[in-house]
Amino acid sequence: MDEASVDEPLLRVRGLYKSFGAVQALTDVNLDLPVGEVLALSGDNGAGKSVLIKCISGIHEPERGQIVWEGRPVRIRTPHDSAALGIETVYQDLALADNLDIVQNMFLGRERLRHRMLDEDEMERAAAETLAGLRVTSVRSIRQPVGSLSGGQRQSVAVAKAVMWNSKLVIMDEPTAALGVTQTAQVLDLVRRLRDQGLSVLMISHNLNDVFAVADRIAVLYLGKMVAQDKTSTFDRQSVVEYMTTGGLGVTTTGLPSDPGALSHDAD
Amino acid sequence: MTPTDPGPGPTGRPSATDVDNPVEDSVDLTAAQAGAAPLVPPEIVAQSMREYLHGAVLRVKGGESGMLPVILGLVAIVIVFQAISPHHIFLSAGNIVNLFQQSAVFMVLAMAETFALLLGEIDLSIGYVGPVGAVIAVQLVQPSTTNWPWWAAIIVALVACALIGAAQGSLITRLRLPSFIVTLAGLLIFNGVLLIVLGFGPFSGYPTLTGSQPNLRALYNLMWGHINPTQGWIVMAVIVGALGLNLWLRDSRRRRSGLVAPPVGLTIAKIFFMAVVGIAVVAVCNINRAAVGTLEGVPWAIFIVLGVLGAWTFLLQRTRYGRYIYAIGGNPEAARRAGIKVTSVRTVAFVLCSFTAGIAGLLYASYLGGMSNNVNGGQLVLYAVAAAVIGGTSLFGGRGKAVHGVLGGLVIGGIYNGMYLLGLAVQWQFIVTGAVLIGAVTIDALSRRGNTTGAAGR
Repeated sequence: MDEASVDEPLLRVRGLYKSFGAVQALTDVNLDLPVGEVLALSGDNGAGKSVLIKCISGIHEPERGQIVWEGRPVRIRTPHDSAALGIETVYQDLALADNLDIVQNMFLGRERLRHRMLDEDEMERAAAETLAGLRVTSVRSIRQPVGSLSGGQRQSVAVAKAVMWNSKLVIMDEPTAALGVTQTAQVLDLVRRLRDQGLSVLMISHNLNDVFAVADRIAVLYLGKMVAQDKTSTFDRQSVVEYMTTGGLGVTTTGLPSDPGALSHDAD
Repeated sequence: MTPTDPGPGPTGRPSATDVDNPVEDSVDLTAAQAGAAPLVPPEIVAQSMREYLHGAVLRVKGGESGMLPVILGLVAIVIVFQAISPHHIFLSAGNIVNLFQQSAVFMVLAMAETFALLLGEIDLSIGYVGPVGAVIAVQLVQPSTTNWPWWAAIIVALVACALIGAAQGSLITRLRLPSFIVTLAGLLIFNGVLLIVLGFGPFSGYPTLTGSQPNLRALYNLMWGHINPTQGWIVMAVIVGALGLNLWLRDSRRRRSGLVAPPVGLTIAKIFFMAVVGIAVVAVCNINRAAVGTLEGVPWAIFIVLGVLGAWTFLLQRTRYGRYIYAIGGNPEAARRAGIKVTSVRTVAFVLCSFTAGIAGLLYASYLGGMSNNVNGGQLVLYAVAAAVIGGTSLFGGRGKAVHGVLGGLVIGGIYNGMYLLGLAVQWQFIVTGAVLIGAVTIDALSRRGNTTGAAGR
């Protein structure tokens, strides 16, 4: 427990609850994400990782709890709300339309208009700029349909789509799950580059290699509860695995519902 | 969901050291793209006409053939029927104009169906929704009963069609009923409605558009009226000139600013092609096609088809709404997450579908010179779907254009017309049209398969 950060974190989640019918997906979840850091969100399958990021990105609305963005409590009900705050999400399936080209996908839902018509020239210029900024240079043409791209190319288009909106937080859902070793390394490099540009990254991953390779902080969900959250340096592989599989360190209890305690340190 | 998911536990993974130091600054996620090369539209990467033609050939070989099959099909139809029709009458001016008029209904109905197909849905009801609009208009202009002005009758007819589309669309999108079933029910329901509306007034179910009363004439002339030869040339010159100038300015502006643009040669070829088609159509229509007396000039029906084509091409290619239709057809979940109001976009698409069907219905009533219970709406809608698919619109959603409906409608009309000239019975026309449709769907399915290899699919 080193110095508590004086600065207000970019994103602060407090006491989040979400259920689907009888299934309690999230229970009293807290989360802090400082500016310019990469937070890895880990947990076993069904731990609630995806539900949590969907609550932050406006796909789901939580039943209870508070989301504080740059110090202000906010309500995020739709993807538009989160986008307006500067939160962009790259989903595991990338959410790209195969029949549309790269430019059309990058601007989907936020097309630029001129005289009420699509301003294709302007959109193409901006898309090319963003791709160049991320050093994604060798797609043959940014006017080719996304369906004709390779897996790695699709991932880079999805990331470029997320960062081109002056976003402050990029959420990535298992960005490396479908990729091979080389492409995984390239995506992790892309994550570091986002951080270098001052963005915060919230990355779901239960691949510990990826987590320890890029994350500044680690948070672990277990059965819908946040059981651990701290700087990466305070964890080792063994402890993360234990949190993921048993919800605690060397204990046999089933998690620590209202005590985010042992390893979590909140600034307030 | 992901096949390569590393599994529930991370413990089996090797040490991280091999990925800790990736090759710095070489983020190029584009390594494995060679296989996809033929699928890139050649006009966006080619720097010269030679490269373009080379790319186009590769693309056809790769199964992504665009509008090529339908154009080849049209050429084949023209050659075959010209060769075997009695006295080689197929390419006579009178028959070509007749073919345009016969095809006009299929073309507009196919453009209507395109809105449903682009979403990956289908609308089976338009075969009777269009005629319902038509019978409303025909009834309203009857001098002996309501005697409405023709324009008001048309507005009411089209609004009625749009409302029908809104009702069906709402059932499909808000109650999430399958479009196939809802519109199949619509096919039956509006067949019934058609018969009811036909029965109004003292016409024994046969309200006609014959007579010299101006409102009757106006509706009758939708199909049979024409402008005089001089006007035809002027209008053609204006249309081709405006489109050509627009295309030229846009392409050269994009080339100047270093954006993706086709090679100069291709732009010129496109404009040249438009001009040739325009001149050919006007020249043929301006030939006197009457056996006795004078009958010459471009029929209004051609301009109505072009108007619908222009409007819907603009809507689909140049507006945000059109973009959303393609996005929903390609990946509804991605569209939803992009904040697109998927439900309303889909509902409006069904409204536009029925509205356009109303235009087709008006053309149909004009073609028949009135309305009767002798409308085979089931066949009409199947021809509309066939025309759109033959033209190159995908049944699986997300791919297709308004112009595909026009080209496919010409194919259907050409077969219909040619078989009629040969004196072949209607059963052969059904069989040939069916065979052409199978061919078109096969091409669609094959190109789709080629398109998703290597990608995650949808």
